[in-house]
Amino acid sequence: MTEPLLFVECLQKSFGGLSATDGVSLQVSHDSIHAIIGPNGAGKTTLLSQLFGQLRPDAGRIVFNGTDVTHASTSARVRLGMARSFQITSLCLNLSVLENVLLASQLRRGGWTGFWRRATASRDAVEHSETVLAQIGLLERRRDVVEQLSHGEQRQLEVAVALALDPLLLLLDEPLAGLGPDEATKMIALLKNLKGSVSMLLIEHDIEAVFSLADRITVLDFGRVIASGPADEIRGHPDVRKAYLGHEEEEHA
Amino acid sequence: MNRVENRLAGIVLVLTLAVIPAIAFAFDAIFALTFATRILILAAAAVSLNLILGYGGLLSLCHSTFLGLGAYVVGIGGYHAYNDEIAWMADGFVQLCAILVLSAGAAAIIGVISLRTRGMYFLMITLAFGQILYLAAIGAYQYGGDEGMTIFQPSTFAGFALQGRFVMYAAAAIFFCVSVLVVERLTRSRFGLVLQASRMNEARVCALGYDPMRVRLVAFIISGVMAGMAGFLLANNAEFVSPIDLHWTRSADLVIMVVLGGLGIGLGPLFGTALLLIVEELASGMSPHWPIIVGVMVLLVALFMPRGLAGLVSSEKRHD
Amino acid sequence: MSQATFLLFLEQCLNGLQFGIMLFLITAGLTLVVGIMNFVNLAQGSLFMLGAFVAAWFASATGNYYLAVAVAVAATAIIGALVEVLALSRFYRRPHLDQVLATFGFILIFNEVVRVLWGSQGLTVVLPPELNLSIELLPGLTYPLFRFVFIVFGLAVAAFLYVLIARTRVGMLIRAGASDREMVRGLGVNIGLLFTFVFGLGAALAGLAGSLSAPIMSASVGMGEPVLILGFVVIVIGGIGSIRGAFWAALLVGFIDTLGRSYATSLISLIFGSTAASSVGPSLSGMMIYILMATVLAVCPEGLFRARAS
Repeated sequence: MTEPLLFVECLQKSFGGLSATDGVSLQVSHDSIHAIIGPNGAGKTTLLSQLFGQLRPDAGRIVFNGTDVTHASTSARVRLGMARSFQITSLCLNLSVLENVLLASQLRRGGWTGFWRRATASRDAVEHSETVLAQIGLLERRRDVVEQLSHGEQRQLEVAVALALDPLLLLLDEPLAGLGPDEATKMIALLKNLKGSVSMLLIEHDIEAVFSLADRITVLDFGRVIASGPADEIRGHPDVRKAYLGHEEEEHA
Repeated sequence: MNRVENRLAGIVLVLTLAVIPAIAFAFDAIFALTFATRILILAAAAVSLNLILGYGGLLSLCHSTFLGLGAYVVGIGGYHAYNDEIAWMADGFVQLCAILVLSAGAAAIIGVISLRTRGMYFLMITLAFGQILYLAAIGAYQYGGDEGMTIFQPSTFAGFALQGRFVMYAAAAIFFCVSVLVVERLTRSRFGLVLQASRMNEARVCALGYDPMRVRLVAFIISGVMAGMAGFLLANNAEFVSPIDLHWTRSADLVIMVVLGGLGIGLGPLFGTALLLIVEELASGMSPHWPIIVGVMVLLVALFMPRGLAGLVSSEKRHD
Repeated sequence: MSQATFLLFLEQCLNGLQFGIMLFLITAGLTLVVGIMNFVNLAQGSLFMLGAFVAAWFASATGNYYLAVAVAVAATAIIGALVEVLALSRFYRRPHLDQVLATFGFILIFNEVVRVLWGSQGLTVVLPPELNLSIELLPGLTYPLFRFVFIVFGLAVAAFLYVLIARTRVGMLIRAGASDREMVRGLGVNIGLLFTFVFGLGAALAGLAGSLSAPIMSASVGMGEPVLILGFVVIVIGGIGSIRGAFWAALLVGFIDTLGRSYATSLISLIFGSTAASSVGPSLSGMMIYILMATVLAVCPEGLFRARAS
């Protein structure tokens, strides 16, 4: 397949006088992991929100799986195969792990128009949820209330919920945020495992993780793309080192 | 609560309700039966409010609109049946159909307009909507105006008139149990899951591709219809209907009943309603200025017991 | 249109203006409290009622209506501040549901306390003779002087509020508090004191509205709540937190409610005939404003005005 799964062209978004997204273009191919890195305030989350339909760009085009979704609603994009996780864990804390995933699973298996039978009795949706939970490694905790989970487990669940939407493309906003070293290793392994079955576009700060996961990397600074290409290329890119990695090297020197 | 506890609670409820008339009869305290009937009817209305307030997180202050609508259908039907000899207007089935259509319609209109707004706007708008039917009732001189009217012809079902203390109690008890069952099934269904999730984390639900407004609208309509049915029983039980049934303070009372029992707890409204009505009864016996007592109680509940009776029992924190 | 009808229409317009100004006085403080402290104050109607009763009682006790107004304003400001400090300030971070419960409790208490103090029949105010006459605004158009004074005084208060909010340091803090509580705290300002001030100001304005309305509508138990609900309509239309929005929305609501009440019956009679008018007219006239609100919201859910903290 030569058509990219996600094709973004000259995306533009300003808030007042500030350009949060300034002519950003990128592509995500099928079955690949594309990472977006950049210093704080570079506009990474703003970009993700525009890709997902939570913000409307001022100019530019977003084409997903052949369909122009630039002005499509979030629910339309979800139906076409996009899913998103959040940087700050966004789960229903008073519901169980299974119920959180069920919310996603049941979207394509009956939707919300079931009024009499218990949600947990929808065999299709429950089985799918349990499959996803097994994939993520949270199956044993499925009856636990989310509030009781550790931060790391909640971040895993965050990914599980997005995955349960059967997406073609996962938009992950800092999946490693707030994770300790062990939990981070687990999450990286999890994402590596998912690589064959779903494409991913992820924002991350952990550079080592990014280099071990990503096929392609786009570097943002001040809302602009300063470099984009295969991971190895970016590693050695002089502008990237200067703008983003440079000061870290000086610290270690 | 898991399924076993649920079944147990249901059995205890049904047994208690079945036993009350016997006790009232034995102690020659028939007024207790009438009182219990009133509690059950209002508790059923509170159960329907709990669906949108406790589970759905919608602070609606126009619930009395649906309750009063049901009551006035009975009142107006009875009026014309009695005065103009239009017998079918007092027919229970006809009235219930009318209530179904009218309350669903009213809920749909109010819901479509108000559910597009957020937070405080929603409660202000529902409060304002509640005025419409109230003012209409006050101005309806033919039907008693602001004094209300006595209902001389109760609803009839194939010749059988809905009156008499035991009949009313049985009707109220059955309707209450059905209401609780319906809400319980609804909240555990796929619809209920999305409704509750929308209360807990609307952004998450939107990110999953749902439209919370549609789900809430359906909940709002169902809740309005159930309240209308409660109004049907309310009017038949009191044999009287007045604009007070449509007043916003009645909506506030229902909110208090739900809160007292515990938001989002299936049987909570029963305890909340019973508590409020019993306190009102006792207070009015103690002093002619009993609203102060009730007002202080409500204030104290808001300050110290915002999760209601259920909050005293469980320590689970609600993340809304 | 005959000259008499036109003059009558003008008179109703003036009444609408006066009613609108009264609504503004009640909602100006309320919209600030709702917008800045995120607090649903259902008890604002009670403060309005208290203002009316204190003024009426004081006026009949001393015969001095002017002093009665001043006393009523001071009394409601103090009562408002006390209630805020002792009870309501605890609810600023609570869900709106808890706030509704608490303020509803206060409504019950206040209504009954008023009944205890002054009975259920209500109080009337007899205006001092110099106010109790009509003036000729235009040839053929006479209008009660008191209502005219109400309008002028109300506009003056509106101007004063504008200056306070837009031009003084306190006003700046209030506007800032609406958008960024932490920043204001960071400036070393006592937020609690600021909030008490805003609440007290709102209470004073409601008390002023009440004391000025007492001669017109007389003080009665529970008079505050219908006005409160209209006040909410004003805030919905004008935008939460916006005094400017509240001003124009209040005038709009005042006009429509007054003109609606006067002309609804005739309007219906024109379209549907007089029997329809006499049976439906009286109730429909009161509902006009709510039906209008519903229509406005159906068309633009954001309200007519953008909410700004001004």
